[in-house]
Amino acid sequence: MEKSLTRYIWSNTRFQQIWILTVVAASMVPYFLSFDLPKQIVNGPIQGTGFEAEGATQTFMRIQYTLPYFGKVMFFEGLQLTRFQMLMALSLVFLLLVVINGLFKLYINTYKGRLGERMLRRIRFELIDRVLRFPPSQFKRVKSAEIATMIKDEVEPMGGFTGDAFVQPALLGGQAITALVFIILQNFWLGMIAAGIVAVQGVVIPRMRKKLLELGRQRQLTARELSGRVGEIVDGIGTIHGNDTSNYERADIAARLGLIFSIRYDLYQWKFLVKFINNFLAQVTPFLFYSIGGVLALQGRLDIGQLVAVINAYKDLPGPLKELIDWDQSRQDVQIKYAQVVEQFNVDMLVDPRIQAVVHDPVGKLEHSLNAVNLTLSDDSGARLVEHVSLEIKLGETVAIVGTSGSGGEAIAEAFARLLWPDSGRITIDGKDILELPESITGRRIAYAASDAYFFHGTLRDNLLYGLKHAPLTKVEYEGAKATKYKWNINEARLAGNPDLDLNSDWVDYQSAGVTGPHDLFTVVRPVLEAVMISQDIVDLALRSQVDTATHADLTSRIVELRQALRKSLKDEDLDGLVVPFEPKAYNPQATIGENLLFGTVKRPMMTNLKLAAHPYFRSVLRDSGLNIDLYNMGLEIAANAIELFEDLPPDHPFFQQLTFMTADDIPTYQLLLQKLQGRDFDAASPDERSSIIRLSFAYIEPRHRFGLLTDELMAKIVDARLRFHKNLPDDLKAVVERYDAKKFITSANLMDNVLFGRIGFTQADGPERIRVILRDLFDKLGLYDSVLSIGLDFDVGSGGKRITNVQRQKLNVARALLKRADYVIFNRPLPALDQRVQDQIMRNILQDLHVEGHAPAIIWVLANSSLANLFDRVLVFDRGTLVEDGTHATLLEKNGIFKELVS
Amino acid sequence: MLLKDEVEMLRRIPLFSGVAPAKLKLLAFTSDRVSYRAEQALFRQGDMADAAYVILSGTADVSVDTPNGLIKVAEVEHDSIVGEIAILCDVQRTATVTASTPLEALRISKEHFLKLLSDYPEMTIEIMRVLASRLSHTTAELSEERSKH
Repeated sequence: MEKSLTRYIWSNTRFQQIWILTVVAASMVPYFLSFDLPKQIVNGPIQGTGFEAEGATQTFMRIQYTLPYFGKVMFFEGLQLTRFQMLMALSLVFLLLVVINGLFKLYINTYKGRLGERMLRRIRFELIDRVLRFPPSQFKRVKSAEIATMIKDEVEPMGGFTGDAFVQPALLGGQAITALVFIILQNFWLGMIAAGIVAVQGVVIPRMRKKLLELGRQRQLTARELSGRVGEIVDGIGTIHGNDTSNYERADIAARLGLIFSIRYDLYQWKFLVKFINNFLAQVTPFLFYSIGGVLALQGRLDIGQLVAVINAYKDLPGPLKELIDWDQSRQDVQIKYAQVVEQFNVDMLVDPRIQAVVHDPVGKLEHSLNAVNLTLSDDSGARLVEHVSLEIKLGETVAIVGTSGSGGEAIAEAFARLLWPDSGRITIDGKDILELPESITGRRIAYAASDAYFFHGTLRDNLLYGLKHAPLTKVEYEGAKATKYKWNINEARLAGNPDLDLNSDWVDYQSAGVTGPHDLFTVVRPVLEAVMISQDIVDLALRSQVDTATHADLTSRIVELRQALRKSLKDEDLDGLVVPFEPKAYNPQATIGENLLFGTVKRPMMTNLKLAAHPYFRSVLRDSGLNIDLYNMGLEIAANAIELFEDLPPDHPFFQQLTFMTADDIPTYQLLLQKLQGRDFDAASPDERSSIIRLSFAYIEPRHRFGLLTDELMAKIVDARLRFHKNLPDDLKAVVERYDAKKFITSANLMDNVLFGRIGFTQADGPERIRVILRDLFDKLGLYDSVLSIGLDFDVGSGGKRITNVQRQKLNVARALLKRADYVIFNRPLPALDQRVQDQIMRNILQDLHVEGHAPAIIWVLANSSLANLFDRVLVFDRGTLVEDGTHATLLEKNGIFKELVS
Repeated sequence: MLLKDEVEMLRRIPLFSGVAPAKLKLLAFTSDRVSYRAEQALFRQGDMADAAYVILSGTADVSVDTPNGLIKVAEVEHDSIVGEIAILCDVQRTATVTASTPLEALRISKEHFLKLLSDYPEMTIEIMRVLASRLSHTTAELSEERSKH
């Protein structure tokens, strides 16, 4: 990247800079005209110069020039105006000039602003582009938060500076020189004094500011390090908690903040000192004018009129001068920041942009073997990982790499995936070094999965299909305002040197995954998910998630059929009691009293149970039915029971898990309430006390808590109140309460609740597990399994995929590598978080079952456990960085070498 | 069935007979009531043990996997406790227990059961008494067996 910011700005924006300079120059004309006009107005129409005679007129707006060859040319004869008309006309001209000046200013500022923003966009993009092309080793040295802060914060002032980079010095310099020349013309010696002071200012102030700049640089570095440390704290929070080192981190952060404070305070003090001196120098000039000029005037060597004119003219000098010095300050400041950033991004061995060029067309299969030629690899410290290894992996061959950890197999796998660049030797396909092949070939035809799976923030689907998003494959047609906006976006992107790839396009390369489009995607996704044994997890995720009825209408529109099928299959298996369905006119004993009353769900987060309980309509229904008194008495009983059971237990006792309607901390509060309220009637309690008592009843489930509080009469009353509640439901509640309806999909409930449309009986042994098994079968039978998987894939995995478990991440990482249908699939101990048994099962699934349908890639698997090496065509044995044995499982066993030792 | 009925039933079980009714109520509350159909297994031999079961009503067969197939070794009926050994010494289930009639049981999780023992030494003593009597019973049977040969 260009080292000098000025040159970088000039080379990217010179035409715009020249244009804006021209416009600024043009704007000077009306600007200076508007200076002269007030004098004309005052002298002419107001004071009456030239209008002495009664009815005298003057010419207005005569446009006449003397041109070479033509002599005098009259463009416009002008109008004859009276004194009053002249006053109005000149005033209107003044107004016009004000407007023109304003418009010029508006245009110039907007133009400069846009120029700056484009520049900022260009710099930021260029920096990120470089990050994408860094060699892998660079990422071992940089902190992600520091890079982020450089791109986000540190280049920000450059945008603001770009617009002023050339215009400001030209404009202000011109103004300052004009003022200085005017002073010199009035009186040479006084002019020289002014020029001398300006020279001192010009030399001394930038010198003093050197220190300011140095402090600014330190401020930038310390701030960057601070954000790096903050990023480390966030990423390493588990380690910090696990080692009780939070105070060590606090001390470190406090020390950094202290350093930043002292730098900033120094900066602050120094800045105001410089300001003081600068102001002093500016003010000392008039002092010299008054004293020296005064003496000269007293001696009669200087005209008093001249002195006044000089002093007047000097008023126009310090302004531009100060701004000019400020401009220079910000120029140096920005230049230093820029240089700092560029230094971090000027990295050796940057990947050539051609290697990452966008390729829209499908990339053909590789037709040659993958070779390592005399390969030597070493780690960051220079220690040798692999020495002089040559080997060939043929197409379609399955190869196991075994050896103790650190014996070189992992390094070879990383080198095949271009994550580790060779010290010497190379990896070739058809004689070409893979580091020189475009990523469109290696990234599509070679797949790699190791244990450190990275997941981007987004849905499971986004992450699973991530390996297929190489280029925008569909052209999105925009219409109307969107089309205009799109055109504008593309144009702006080009002007700022950004690519114009459309993010809204479908990037998923279905063809290379072996399908025709999104509709049959699951024909390849499902077998892969089954092979890595994660489809059950995804179905469970789907069952726990709320379903978007717009995108999953294929399932939600069949909800009635699903519910009926579930009832039928439960009946067929004589499991009627497993789920107690919701009936509009019956009490569901397996649901809470609150649920029975509401008979629906509330749409969170607009409405919560607490808010609903406080709603006047809900209260009025309770009051009118008399339920409030029943539930209050019931709540008192529940509180009495709970306190009797739990009062002696310490608050951290595991039994409290069973107490669903209270926490251990609530016990003393309820104890007091009970003492106060027991034996007294409903009216004795305050509204707050009533609601904290009634709240207990809402969570009560008879078969679970078994206090014997729910009578048939009460159940009937609750059902009655339920019907009344829904009958006259006010509009504000209608919008947030969704009533259970056997014919409709409940959007605010999860899929499990939707399909069950009831509650699993509490007394059913292993109810939830059995239901899950039944549901899985049911989805399969109804052909809805893919839809359910699709719902599960909508799950948001969170930052870095942290919302799913490490085991799930590693399985999905393997699935992602398989979905690409590459020609060479490299697995580098990809599943260490799993039990050995599950790892073995997944390996069998992939090697034996997954590729039966035709596509058979070469699989290179670095094994953690050599017992399954017999599943592979060929086994490579590494020991201390060298390839020691190479052959089929059987031949190696016969050999009695290292492999045999490893297996036994 | 209500909590207080369960407490009555628990009191009839020798293991819990020495425990104060208030504590039994707590035990009942924190345990799950589960019902089984005939033929449904409470647990199977070889499973990891996570709970003990107090049978409230119905009967169940205790059987052991042998090379000759599943052999029924005992029958348990209401007011008895099954599966407590495995949660005491952290071993796999030593037998399969299957309901032979519709069965109601109280499922006491391992964690709660152990917590109860540490909280109420009288229960621990009771457990020791039951185990010791079983051991002496088994020893007597074994010596009788031996003397026969």
